[in-house]
Amino acid sequence: MKYSKSIYLFFLPGLLLFAFFFLLPLAQTVYYSFTTWDGYTGNPPFVGIKNYVQLITNDSIFQQSLGNNGKFMLTVVILQTLFSLILALYLLKNNKISIFFRALFFFPTILSSVAVAFLWSFIYDPSLGLLNQVLNAVHLDFLAANWIGDPKRAIFSLAFVQVWAHIGQMIVLFVAGMQAIPAELYESAAIEGGSKWDIFRKITWPLLAPTTTIVVAYTTIQSFKAFDLIFAMTRGGPNYSTEILSTFIYHAAFENYQFGYASAASVLFMILIAILTFIQFKLLRSSSISY
Amino acid sequence: MKRPGLVKPILLSGYSVLIIVPLFVALLTSFKQLRNVYDGALALPEQLDFSNFSLLLFEKSLSHYLVNSIIVTAASVFFALWFASMIAYGITRIRNKLGNLLFAAFMLGMIVPAQTLMVPLYSLMLKLQLTNSLLGLILVHIAVLLPICVFILTGFMKTLPGELFEAARVDGASEWNMYWRITLPLSFPSLAITAIFSMVIVWNDLLFSLLFITNEEKKTLPLALLQFQGEYLTNYPILFAGVLITSLPLIILYVFLQRFFISGALSGALKG
Repeated sequence: MKYSKSIYLFFLPGLLLFAFFFLLPLAQTVYYSFTTWDGYTGNPPFVGIKNYVQLITNDSIFQQSLGNNGKFMLTVVILQTLFSLILALYLLKNNKISIFFRALFFFPTILSSVAVAFLWSFIYDPSLGLLNQVLNAVHLDFLAANWIGDPKRAIFSLAFVQVWAHIGQMIVLFVAGMQAIPAELYESAAIEGGSKWDIFRKITWPLLAPTTTIVVAYTTIQSFKAFDLIFAMTRGGPNYSTEILSTFIYHAAFENYQFGYASAASVLFMILIAILTFIQFKLLRSSSISY
Repeated sequence: MKRPGLVKPILLSGYSVLIIVPLFVALLTSFKQLRNVYDGALALPEQLDFSNFSLLLFEKSLSHYLVNSIIVTAASVFFALWFASMIAYGITRIRNKLGNLLFAAFMLGMIVPAQTLMVPLYSLMLKLQLTNSLLGLILVHIAVLLPICVFILTGFMKTLPGELFEAARVDGASEWNMYWRITLPLSFPSLAITAIFSMVIVWNDLLFSLLFITNEEKKTLPLALLQFQGEYLTNYPILFAGVLITSLPLIILYVFLQRFFISGALSGALKG
């Protein structure tokens, strides 16, 4: 297609902003990660890979954060994918009831993470909160707990909130994926007398693979980005039990003024996300089916 | 005969309860006084008490933060959409190696979370003296929004028939005219969807305000809300009144423009 050279001007404002406030900081993160910069003094001393070595071999809080990221991500990915898939199966038709439920389940995604954090801090409150009050009322007192104050369960309580807040989007994705499957496939399966489970196993699930991969990939990155929710609910506590990489970076930089060190953690964070994204793209390629 | 399934109604109503109850509890609590919180989370307030709302709006200048949030959101979304639509138009038109490279650069921005850039962004803003400034916040938001906006809009504009541009070119239309008079009007649905999708992101963002804003005058709603938590600790009635005021603008929009919100979330993940 022919175009005039003036087309390059169209990229100018966006590209300038993007380069200055995104690509430049990206490069700076890598540079700072090899220094012991404190955020203020100029010409920070260059220390090579010392920050990385320290993080990987000698920083138990960093390692714990990494583990928490893993726990949080796995819990969110499993719960969110499974439940959004199940709910989507029941919301397939474009009738008024389905549209209403989809809109209701989607609603929490428009709330800010801070608002969601307050809502659930209250539900989880050991004495004032609804969760323990309900458990006590139905004589399940032994299940009542300090949901976000207990280091053993805090990260899982937070993962549940993350799912609550974002599942609506995944339901919508699955519904769109399922609606794209040609109806004739279902009709011929019904004529052959397959059970609902057979139809799901042999038709829906394999043809839904690309959508499932997108849901899993999106959820993975989203749960890695859960900074706002966790910061507003626990700030990484109690006792670092909900510290994840993004809160770790925040604390290292803005409370301990270890900007170089925090940058090294950021680079490791980026590498991890790049690897996860790459794996998922590979899976997406190998699983895409045409029909 | 097909028997009516019980699984579906139980599942759907069960999950609805899980969505509605926390929201209902928050609404209920925002009309209570602190002492009534101990009556139980589902206990009704003694009377409808608007004092929490008036305290926040008039004494705690929440209305001021509301204005800040509106300015930041409106400006960021407007410029992000404008710049992204020009880029998407450019990518759609040139379709050569350079176009692919530019598209790839923006896609990098979708993979790298802004959380990993907080250190250099903070020092950059400090150097530019753009901390405690709404302008600084807006510039960063535009830059961070661009990738997702370019992604959605390019996906849409590529579906526009090429003959349209050929014909316009033959008639002597400039690139600007083709962008402004043909592409933009035709892209209206996807622009609206992208605008709403971006609006939710900016309106609800905590991280950048937390990093760049310390001045009372310049706070946005999520940051103000977070800092009320420090001030009021477990005074949930006041915190929930704050949550309600903060969320109300988006809730009202959602009630009327629900379909745009949902398709935005869809194209944000799917298009490509």
